[in-house]
Amino acid sequence: MSDRIVILGGGTGGTLTANRLRKALPADAEITVVDENDQHVYQPGLLFVPFGLAHPEDIVRPRGRQLHRGINYHHVGIARVDIDAQEVHLADATVLPYDLLVVATGSRLVPEETEGLLGPGWMERVFTFYDLPGATALAGALARFERGRLVVNVVDMPIKCPVAPLEFCFLADWYFHEVGVRDEVTITYVTPLDAAFTKPTAARTLGGMLEDRNIELVTEFNTGEVDGEGGKLVGYDGREVPFDIAVVIPAHSGAAYVADSPGLGDDLDFVLADEHTLQAHVRPNIFVIGDAASLPVSKAGSVTHFEGEVLVENILRFLRGEPLDAAYDGHANCFIETGFHKAMLIDFNYDQEPVAGHFPGPVGMPLLKESRLNHLGKLMFQWFYWHALLPGRDIPGVGPDMPTAGKDIAPAAQGG
Amino acid sequence: MPTATISGVAVDVNDEGFFEQPDQWTEDMARELAAQEGIAELTDKHWQVIRFMRQEFAEKGTGPTVRVLGKTSGVTVKELYELFPKGPAKMAAKIAGIPKPRGCI
Ligand SMILES: Cc1cc2nc3c(=O)[nH]c(=O)nc-3n(C[C@H](O)[C@H](O)[C@H](O)COP(=O)(O)OP(=O)(O)OC[C@H]3O[C@@H](n4cnc5c(N)ncnc54)[C@H](O)[C@@H]3O)c2cc1C
Repeated sequence: MSDRIVILGGGTGGTLTANRLRKALPADAEITVVDENDQHVYQPGLLFVPFGLAHPEDIVRPRGRQLHRGINYHHVGIARVDIDAQEVHLADATVLPYDLLVVATGSRLVPEETEGLLGPGWMERVFTFYDLPGATALAGALARFERGRLVVNVVDMPIKCPVAPLEFCFLADWYFHEVGVRDEVTITYVTPLDAAFTKPTAARTLGGMLEDRNIELVTEFNTGEVDGEGGKLVGYDGREVPFDIAVVIPAHSGAAYVADSPGLGDDLDFVLADEHTLQAHVRPNIFVIGDAASLPVSKAGSVTHFEGEVLVENILRFLRGEPLDAAYDGHANCFIETGFHKAMLIDFNYDQEPVAGHFPGPVGMPLLKESRLNHLGKLMFQWFYWHALLPGRDIPGVGPDMPTAGKDIAPAAQGG
Repeated sequence: MPTATISGVAVDVNDEGFFEQPDQWTEDMARELAAQEGIAELTDKHWQVIRFMRQEFAEKGTGPTVRVLGKTSGVTVKELYELFPKGPAKMAAKIAGIPKPRGCI
């Protein structure tokens, strides 16, 4: 019998998996993608919208059009997965039986978990740039902002693209310089982490960059309440951070239906899976990709991309009844926009923290160092996203495994 | 790896004082660790959280974050901060004798 493959979510991971599988599988294999909305947002572009550097229409495309011919597409919400019966139940009561399921429903923002965040002041002086309505509204507010306190707050980890809030601070510094009001504006970065970033070497570099730009850093701050009326963040430990505009990155969870399939997800509804094969713990015929996974990796498009190559290989093996031997190494690669037409690049995996050097080899883009070349790389990435990453084309010279050539790795730290 | 002497016993700790081997921990040690962190007396609520931390570590290999603690331990985040003012996830992990929570990437 031909294989029925159902892919939940038609974002970065779902789309690239569907397109890669369509190329690799015989025509009688059925591939179905389900997504609840038809707007495929190039999410890295959301960072630029508040500063007028990108416009909503530049970063949104219809979802179905990114899927190759021969892929079924349901534009409807997912209600639940019956993992024993091997069926997906959709919000319109359709039932999709599957032989193999790929969970690619990403993460969702849960601002309602933070007291006051959706209360008075929301979308007036309290914003987020993590979705399109938020980023668009924030653009208007920043254009009117001439003096006062801008506070950027990460409520809790994990979040998508953990460097994006820092990039927002760097771009805000640049933006207010350009407008000529930088001296009238204070910028404060408020994080639950004990440093600017999670990984020690990069955290030192990024922390220094905040200092150079006169951006105040408040660490180990667990936001208990966002008081939009009073204009302050209140920490669970009683600390308060006053603001005139707050840019808040709400807590993230996995998709709600995950909670209704016992054993599928963790306490935050992210899907538990093997960190190398991407096979779900709960059943061998369920795989996961991207932000939906409960793995010790950043929730990033580059991670999703590198996982994709491994995932597709393992799905093909699974369908042939062979052991899964393709292994994802935790490879992540992030451009960090630093303002003034420069950017930094970091490249790392499960074992290797981001260090200096060059990518993808000794001759390449500088790592952990600001450069104009990296800024161009970040801008080019959008073209690459629609035309190479989503269609499932390989990029010459950049495979899923993290390259070590070109990196300044101390011998003792290597592989450790 | 450094060691620390707690309740008269040498235990393996990391450089921030988190246990490396949870099975070296005893309830007496918890009282001494709590005192070092400025908690004079461990109440029933404290013990509820400490036991929960150890159980989570045994099942998942890492201590929970504050948000997960608030969702699953039966103690609200507000209360957790009253019990462990310096930050529940780390402070309770230290007293419960489990390694420093990995946190998120
Ligand atoms: C502001 C911002 C900046 C970023 N910058 C970068 C960057 O510079 N570099 C980088 O690598 N990454 C970046 N990212 C992260 C990147 O966009 C994500 O990691 C990536 O898109 C994850 O892909 P995914 O397929 O897991 O999830 P998504 O692409 O989010 O797709 C999930 C899909 O599932 C659908 N879905 C969810 N629940 C349901 C349901 N119940 N029923 C039906 N459909 C459902 C959603 O509609 C969505 O289409 C950024 C993210 C943000 C928010």
